[in-house]
Amino acid sequence: MTILRPILATILSLVLGLLATSLFHESPLHIFKIFLQSGFGSAYDFGMTLTYSVPLILTGLSVSLAFKAGLFNIGAEGQLTMGALAVAVFAALVPLPSLIAPLAGALVAACAGGIWGALVGFLKARRGAHEVIMTIMMNFIAAGISSYVAVYLLKDPNTQNPQTLPILPAFSLTQYSLFNGAPVTFALFLSLLIAVVCWLYLYRTPYGFELRAVGENEHASSTAGIGVQKVQILAMFFSGALAGLVGVGEVMGRVGCFKLDFSPGYGFTGIAVAFLGRCHPLAIIFSGLLFGAIQKGASDLEIFTQNVTSDLALVLQALIILVVSADGLWEKWIPVKKGKA
Amino acid sequence: MMQVFEIASFVFASALRMSSPLIFAALGGIMSERSGVINISLEGKMLVGAFAAAVVTYYFHSPVLGLLGGALAGFILASIYSLFVISFKSNQIVTGTAINILAAGIVPLISQALFQNTGSTPEIPMADRFTQFPIILSWVSVVLIWAWFRYSPFGLWHQFAGEHPYALQTSGVDVISTRWCGVLSSGIFAGLGGATLSICLSSNFTRNMTAGRGFMALAALIVGRWRPMTAAVACIFFGLFDAVGITLQGLTLPQPDFDSALLNNFVKFFISTQFVQIIPYLLTVIAVAGFVGRSRPPKALGIPFLKNR
Repeated sequence: MTILRPILATILSLVLGLLATSLFHESPLHIFKIFLQSGFGSAYDFGMTLTYSVPLILTGLSVSLAFKAGLFNIGAEGQLTMGALAVAVFAALVPLPSLIAPLAGALVAACAGGIWGALVGFLKARRGAHEVIMTIMMNFIAAGISSYVAVYLLKDPNTQNPQTLPILPAFSLTQYSLFNGAPVTFALFLSLLIAVVCWLYLYRTPYGFELRAVGENEHASSTAGIGVQKVQILAMFFSGALAGLVGVGEVMGRVGCFKLDFSPGYGFTGIAVAFLGRCHPLAIIFSGLLFGAIQKGASDLEIFTQNVTSDLALVLQALIILVVSADGLWEKWIPVKKGKA
Repeated sequence: MMQVFEIASFVFASALRMSSPLIFAALGGIMSERSGVINISLEGKMLVGAFAAAVVTYYFHSPVLGLLGGALAGFILASIYSLFVISFKSNQIVTGTAINILAAGIVPLISQALFQNTGSTPEIPMADRFTQFPIILSWVSVVLIWAWFRYSPFGLWHQFAGEHPYALQTSGVDVISTRWCGVLSSGIFAGLGGATLSICLSSNFTRNMTAGRGFMALAALIVGRWRPMTAAVACIFFGLFDAVGITLQGLTLPQPDFDSALLNNFVKFFISTQFVQIIPYLLTVIAVAGFVGRSRPPKALGIPFLKNR
């Protein structure tokens, strides 16, 4: 039953969203074909779908991990900005042998994102500051800092665009030739690996148990002797670190520097990814891939249609979140089905 | 000295003007949050309001109709939000995020269909735009809302829906419809805020015009402790930083000249536009963390109301 709801929600939202395109004088079937073609049509297209999925899987995991601890992380966007910024600065300035450079870069990204998250966790645990408000504010603060670095402090003088100096060659990840130039790198496997690690952590270790216990019932956990504050700070650290790791694939794998506004809202789409996957780390791999495919599929709409643009991806995302999280709606439907079975 | 005075008065005047979209949105946030419904979708409601106002004014050459159009667009988006969070008891934060994403996607789609352009709407001639009215209206609204909370029974019910909904139910007032009213009026106000942005402070709608103002309004209402008057003051204060930041871009400031390059860069950061513009968010962090007088939300904020508990 738990797996049925996300699948039904996805189908329902996609059908609704595609039908709505007929209001713009386009055939929904035609749009659907463009989505399939552009998402999976060639090795390159599929490679791009995978590339788009990597940050979404990571931000989805980030939101889920915090949610399991009873915390809402709306700040994955800021955490991934700080992670990407930190790894870009580190990789542009610190010469390291190519054997350890990517690993060091990943650690820097994770730590930067983690610290950005842990700050909120600390203020939540110690001062009772609501984490939703705090993470929203931290998003803007991260955007301001990154803008200063990319526009003034470490700006690449060879371009007009606000971006940092290019990273040193030792830090670039190898792009697999299988995908005809799509920047699929080790970051893909890293994100899958991390999803599995998250699952092991949450469901197979005592720490993960404590984290989930705090998420279920703070007072009961506290009575049972779990250090609630410590768990909350740690959960926000891990959550931020997961978001920060987006910098690995984006900076070291794809772009080669920190570009201002490189993220088309990965942090917010991560919320959709997490809730479609019902915050289960392994399910998030699939919902991340789905949202990656939607994003890639929509990216060619401008070329093949007159009236519908890639912004349709946002509408589809929003519909999926609305439908899948409408508890009241599903409670009405599910008892009927139970009665039949 | 004269120049300093000129710059200062210019900055203050533009702060007053730029704060009025924030004031509208913050009032919207107060209406929703005091009734117990978290509203992080102010940003999306402002965006559709700004777009609808620009479109209506462009076609009908009437800023008054434009303002109403903006309010209506905010109202429609708010009714979707209330349907999900109040009737379907969806999570308010997840749904709010979805509404923001929906607004960000649907506005360029409609813009493309109407004008073959996802970026901005056509220019509105000066004669069809407001110069002052929405700014005055925002202040009138502050006073009206303040009086409404303080002196009318509806305002009292509204606050009870946010503080102790079950007590309100016991006294015979329908909590669900009180909350619906709160969220719907929040849509109207946020829509008016967006409209102010597109048909008063500028000459058309541009892509992502709100640029986080919905969230800044949320910050202002928290710093203003969920009260209309103090929130409005916070909005002006935040508008001031915005105006200073923009003015800084056009000025050539004396460069810091210390021996250490690191120190120089540090000082440069603190006088940069970027830093001045994040000050409101920093202040909010400090205020919410309770370092300068804790800001306390309504007690039942974010908790769905179950009629037959």
